[in-house]
Amino acid sequence: MSENAADLSGPTRDALAQLLLGIADDEFVIGFWDSEWTGIAPMLEEDVATSSISQDEIGHARALYEMLAELTGQDADQIAFGRQPEAYRHAALMNHARTDWAFSIARRYLYETADAVRLEALSRSTYVPLAQLTAKMRREERYHLMHLDAWLRRLASDADASSRLGSALRTLWADALAIFSPVPGEEVLVRGGALPEPMEALRTRWLDQVLPVLDELGLPGPTEQDLAASSEDGRSRRTDDFLWLHGQFTMVAASESGATW
Amino acid sequence: MVVAADPREAVVWAALDEIADPEIPAISVVELGVIGGFAFEPAPGGGERLTVELLPTFVGCPAIDVMREQVGQRLRGLELADDVDVRVSFATPWTSDRITPEGREKLRASGFAPPALIAMDAPSVLDVEMLSMVSVVTCPHCGSRNTTLENPFGPTLCRAIYHCANCRQPFEQFKAV
Repeated sequence: MSENAADLSGPTRDALAQLLLGIADDEFVIGFWDSEWTGIAPMLEEDVATSSISQDEIGHARALYEMLAELTGQDADQIAFGRQPEAYRHAALMNHARTDWAFSIARRYLYETADAVRLEALSRSTYVPLAQLTAKMRREERYHLMHLDAWLRRLASDADASSRLGSALRTLWADALAIFSPVPGEEVLVRGGALPEPMEALRTRWLDQVLPVLDELGLPGPTEQDLAASSEDGRSRRTDDFLWLHGQFTMVAASESGATW
Repeated sequence: MVVAADPREAVVWAALDEIADPEIPAISVVELGVIGGFAFEPAPGGGERLTVELLPTFVGCPAIDVMREQVGQRLRGLELADDVDVRVSFATPWTSDRITPEGREKLRASGFAPPALIAMDAPSVLDVEMLSMVSVVTCPHCGSRNTTLENPFGPTLCRAIYHCANCRQPFEQFKAV
């Protein structure tokens, strides 16, 4: 068990920094995408719900960026807002624009279910600050899971919505699998228990949980091709959609470099 | 750590109990259960430091910085130690079960249904138990249990929105987490 950053070996610290950066960027970018629904979600209650879920995710990103900053001696705001687009390490799933409501629900369902598997594993991490933070995050994420499960079932019960959901899932599967791309230096983390299981094992657990639900609702799982696709660049591929979003979320920070709020 | 008999401890608790939650001012930070604890410790540069552990209700709670500032300012004003350090911590996860009985009563009196008392285990994807979070909630206005959950997400991260079919009033619940 490691109580703080100073107890870690150099290789463990580097690999842990890569792991934290990927998770923080996932939460940060999906939080910004879905915050775009504020004011234009299909119903008033959903305006509030999507905004609240996005605020949770950005809050989780902040806590993870702060943990990362402590590990690397950087500044959390600088990590969040001061990088060029190619330095972000979110999974390719977060490269897509918000698109329509079914698309956003499909993406978030895939993300929330995968995140739940990842958080459960990390709550057993031997790096104590990470185990503590993820244990706390899981209590909040429970509401997200419940909400997304309800939306998935609701959309799946309507012919037009279900067909949109299906086509969104077909577009997203390969990029969703990138959530479990191997982390650079992963073997060191698994050996020391900071990451209790390899990403490959988490990916299998996630698919085992999600595929029966999608099957029951008549929604598509990944194709053989999706499953076989290389995940080497799963966290480094970038798209024009993300470049646009990056311009949006760095706008304020870039307008007054070094400002605090 | 000092022994429990330190007379300054009661002074600190009383001072903290005067600090209102920035988002629900009817309840104090002590009643909300966000004070994990405090200790008088030797400061690294000499002298004595009062260290306070602050537990956020939600990881992304935007009020936590305000609370941190208010707690620090109030305790520095007491001049009980040379320095005051307020740390945000997840070492003990805040859960809604930490709200004190007095706090729950004050929530109810100000129109908020207190959270259901459930020691929730961690979630898994297809957990039927998830529904236990949205158990029957009593209307804080009329006491009826004929209420429905309108939205598990409300105006702040920690609040859900309900409707009472008896008095036909909407009301908020402090979320069980």
